This record gives sequence, C-alpha cells and structure tokens, in this order.
Amino acid sequence: MMTWLRQNARETIAALALAILFAGYIAIHPRGFSTYVVTIWSNQGTLLGLAAIAQFFVVLVKGIDLSVGSIIALTNVMGSFLLNGSPTSIALGMAVVLTVGVACGLVNGIAVVYGGVQPIVTTLATGGIFGGIALLLRPTPGGSIDETMSDALTYAVAGIPVSAVILVIVLVILLVLLRRTAVGLGLYAIGSSEQSAYMTGLRVNRLKLVAYGSSGFVAALAGTYVSMVTLTGDPNIAPSYTLNSIAAVVLGGVALSGGVGSPLGAVIGALILKTISSLMFFSGVPPLAQPFFEGLILATAIALGALGVFQVRSRLELYR
Amino acid sequence: MTDATERTVTSRWLNRDRVSVLLIGLGCVALLLGGSLLYPGFLKPGYILQQLQIAAFLGIIATGAMLVILLGEIDLSVPWTITGTAIVVISASGSSNPLVASLAIPLGLCLGIAVGLLNAIGVAVFRVPAMVWTLAVNAMLLGAAVFYTGNSRPNGEVPWLATQAATGRTFGIPNAFLVWLVVAAITVWVLKRTVYGNYLYALGNSRRAVFLAGARVRLVMVATFVLAGVFSSFGAILLLGYTNQAYQGMGDPYLMPVISAVVIGGTSIQGGRGNYIGTFAGAIFITLLSSILSVMQMPPAAREMIFGAIILVMLLVHGLTNKKEGV
Repeated sequence: MMTWLRQNARETIAALALAILFAGYIAIHPRGFSTYVVTIWSNQGTLLGLAAIAQFFVVLVKGIDLSVGSIIALTNVMGSFLLNGSPTSIALGMAVVLTVGVACGLVNGIAVVYGGVQPIVTTLATGGIFGGIALLLRPTPGGSIDETMSDALTYAVAGIPVSAVILVIVLVILLVLLRRTAVGLGLYAIGSSEQSAYMTGLRVNRLKLVAYGSSGFVAALAGTYVSMVTLTGDPNIAPSYTLNSIAAVVLGGVALSGGVGSPLGAVIGALILKTISSLMFFSGVPPLAQPFFEGLILATAIALGALGVFQVRSRLELYR
Repeated sequence: MTDATERTVTSRWLNRDRVSVLLIGLGCVALLLGGSLLYPGFLKPGYILQQLQIAAFLGIIATGAMLVILLGEIDLSVPWTITGTAIVVISASGSSNPLVASLAIPLGLCLGIAVGLLNAIGVAVFRVPAMVWTLAVNAMLLGAAVFYTGNSRPNGEVPWLATQAATGRTFGIPNAFLVWLVVAAITVWVLKRTVYGNYLYALGNSRRAVFLAGARVRLVMVATFVLAGVFSSFGAILLLGYTNQAYQGMGDPYLMPVISAVVIGGTSIQGGRGNYIGTFAGAIFITLLSSILSVMQMPPAAREMIFGAIILVMLLVHGLTNKKEGV
C-alpha cells in the first residue's frame, strides 16, 4: 500500500485536493448533496476530463496539443449535424465524428513526425484550420441532437450519473491499455527517452502516430459529449477547452516533459479545475471578481505542485 | 574535395536563417503581387506604408515574444498584458490628478514590468512550465481587468504622445514604423553584441552548460521575461494610440499572430536559434496576409483556415530543410 502511494504520489495528492474541494463545494451548494447537483458536476467534469485525456496522450510523448479545443469544437459541430434521426443514422454519424477526430489527430501526428515541425507550433496552426472548418460548417451555435440519446447519457441511473460511469469505463480501458500492452508501455518509453526507445527497437514514429491518433479519438469523444450536454453545435468553445486541458494535466501530475503521469491524473486535474470554478460560482465572491480568484487559485495550485524545486540537493538538477 | 568544399559553402550561404528570411521575402512579394491583381491599389506606396505602420504594433510585441522563445520558454500572457496596459494608460491619462495623468505611459510600462516579474518568478524560481504559468498569469490579469472595469468599456483619454507615435508621420513615413526600426536596431545589437544576447542563445541551447559555466541563469531569465512584458506594454501603448480606445479582449487577437511571426521568421520554438530579421519579416508577412484576406472579404472562418494552412506550410518547409541539414 505504501509503495503504491509513493509510486502514485502525484495522483494521490491531486485526489486529496479534489476531495477537499468537492466537500467544500457540496457544503456551500444551496441544494447540498443530491443526485441533481452531483450529476451536473459530473457532466461538466466529464467534458473537461475527456479533453484532459486527449491532451494527456500528446503530452505523454513529449508534445503539447494546442488544437485539442478545436478538434472538440469541430466534432461537436459535426455531431450537431449527424447525431439525429434513426438509430442507424445516429450510429453512422457517431462513426463519422470519431473518424474525423482520429483524422485530425493523425494530421497533427504526421506533421510532427514526418514534417519535423515542433508539436506546439504544428497544433497552433492546425488548431486554426480545424477551428476554421468548424466555423465554416456552423457560423453560429445551433443544430440539434437526438434528445432521447442525450437524456440517456446525461442523467443519472440509480443515483449514479451516467457521465461518471462513462468516464470510469474510458479510464479503466485506457489504464489497462497503457499499463498492460506493448503499445502503451512504448508510449511511456518514448516520453521518457526517445533515443533509448529507438535504440531498444521501438517503432518510435508509429507509436507517436498512435499517441496523436488516440488524442484525436478522445477529443472526438469529448466533442460528442459536449453535443449531448449542450444539445447544440458551438464552434466557439475551442480556446477554453485547450487552455483548461493543459492546466488540468499539469494539476493532475502529468509532466510536460513527457513520460510521466496517467489519464487518471489528467481527469483528477480536470475535476479540480471544474470544482474550483463551481465553488467560485456559489461562494459569494462578487461575480466580477471571480475570474481573478480562479486565476489566482490556478496559479497557487500550480506553484504548490512545483514546491519540489526547493528540495533538490544540487541546483544542477534544476537544469536539464 | 572541391565537391565537399562547394557543399559547405552552399550550405553556409543557404543556412536556416537566410532560407527563412528569403522565403518570407518571397511570400511578401507574392502577396503584394497577388493582391495587386485583385486590387490595383496594393502596390501604391500609401498602402504599403499603412501596412508597415500596422505591422509595427505586431512587430514590437513579437520582439518580446522572440526573446522569450529564444530562451526556450513561451509567454502566453501577452493578450491581457496588452489589454491591461491599455486600460491602465487610458484610465491614468484621463485622471483628474495632473501628476497621474502625465505619468500614464510610464505607469503602463510599469504594468509590463510587473507582469514580466510575475512570469519570471513562476518560471525561473518555481520552475513551473512557462506554458502553464503564463497562462495562469494571463487568467489573473483578465480577472483583474474585468474586476476593475466592471464589464464596461474603460473611460479616459489617450495620451497625446501615444497618438502621435502610433498615427503621426515624419517625412511621410509612419512614426510607428520608425519606432519599430529603432527597436529592431537595438534588438539586433543586443542579440549579437552583448553578453546578455549571447547568454540568451546559450541558455536556449543548453541551460545546464550555461549554469555550469557559472552564468547567472536566473538573472538572465528574469531579465528576459521582464523585457517581454515591457515590449508587450510598449506595443499596447502604440496600439492604444492607433485604436484610440481600450476595450476588453483587444489583446486576444494578437497571441497567435505574434507567435506565428516569430516562428515563421525561423526562430526555433525550442529556443537557441533564430535571428531578428526573420521576426521582422515575419511580422510584415503576417500583417500583409491578414490585410489581404480581409480585403478579399473572406469570412473569418476561411481566414483562420488559410492563416493556419500557410503557417503550417512554411513550418513544414523549415522542418524539412532542417531534416536535410541534419539538425
């Protein structure tokens, strides 16, 4: 048990912070602990959680993805055209949406792997392209989503929000794949040391493409779930998802230098962010001052997470 | 042997920096020629001078961004440093206290210094990844600005000096462009000829080596972030003089173009490589491109796509030449 805790210290600390914040949120919320409150919280958290997982895959292989939000916006907009009508057409639409997500991820991956462009600038540029397509398809928010499906996926069954179930299923699948398959471990290897991974005989280029493709896939899941929660396609949601997904992975103990962290951590980070902003909403802080405190709390949280720098034995360790 | 010598000569002449400047130069010419096919006015000096004037705002802000990128970090707090500075300057200048009013521009620059220091504390002392820390600083600035102005447009006056610098002309040449030329000359000198400039490039290449060599790594990092904040504020003051008003979100459209101008100018986003001429040309290219796209009355969506696509293509060209050079 202690070893496990030590190995997963980053996630554990983040989870503790989340528990405290969540307790505070429930205590402060006028309606207290009820299925309704938890469902809303969980739905919002799932949206950002999926975005954070998408970001996690790219960060794992030492990249950073500034197009996550745009892919979410694009798939959300496509969902608002396709996720309606007969069950067959919805299923087909879902397949198209997810394929588009994977394709967007692969475009990023190909530019990074074969084009030799840095991930941050690649995704900056492709983010503009994906976001542009979303805006062309739907200049203003609109469209419609099948309501039965939306209800089934956003309400609660027996007091447990469906969104939480979805998130847990996605997490379990990903954790197993990342920890128990050669591909998953290969991704961690590349993030830790690309050269060693290459020397070991891993197919670095292909594995990187897998990471970018998976990121696109999960971003498409997030986009679809945005459609389910909001019932519209909105091309303007991109920036907030991109920025929050980066903050979420950092809060969840995923190292931006690659190779460290887990999707669980990313999700915990996302839930922390979501809880902070909900907490603000009910805290009695004047609404105009809320953005400032949100930023302040975010900065403090990140700085606290970085306190480890004061424990290093030699300052040389700080410079890599 | 001749072959080998020849190859080194060509590769030296066609090095990374020159290739990018050449590419962007060609890009600018292509844009102007293409634009003049659509609208004959594009090749007139009046239009070009106006574009240089607008490019100056972008270029000055990009100067700060380039310093930070050379260091191997990134500054995402640019948008609300711009907006915050504009709000501070316009409110101070409209103040009834004459002392405060006369100090409007220095106060604006002080905000830039403060933001730079805040960024530097997180990045250089706490070792938080710059990408996340500057993002959080940006969020705090946004929050402070929203709280201060209370969701309404800040009232006040634009200082006379800012208006003159941004919109005035000397011998027919826009003052803003002249200011930019001065900034550019100083920057080139600092980067090439001063200890600070050499440390900046060295830090971008190997922080560890510079630390072991006994340089004051933190000091250089702090100085760089502070300079970046000052350049953002300086650009914001000119921008304020140009738009003659401050509004929330006035800095938001600048983040991506600023970073784009720096990277298509050939500065490596990993730091340690790049020259200012590239950034200079990059800022002009980006300004021309967005001007032509808006004259063509492209819908914003298509504009965004074309923008992204062109930047991606230029980066791919860079990336592939780098691969050939074996960098």
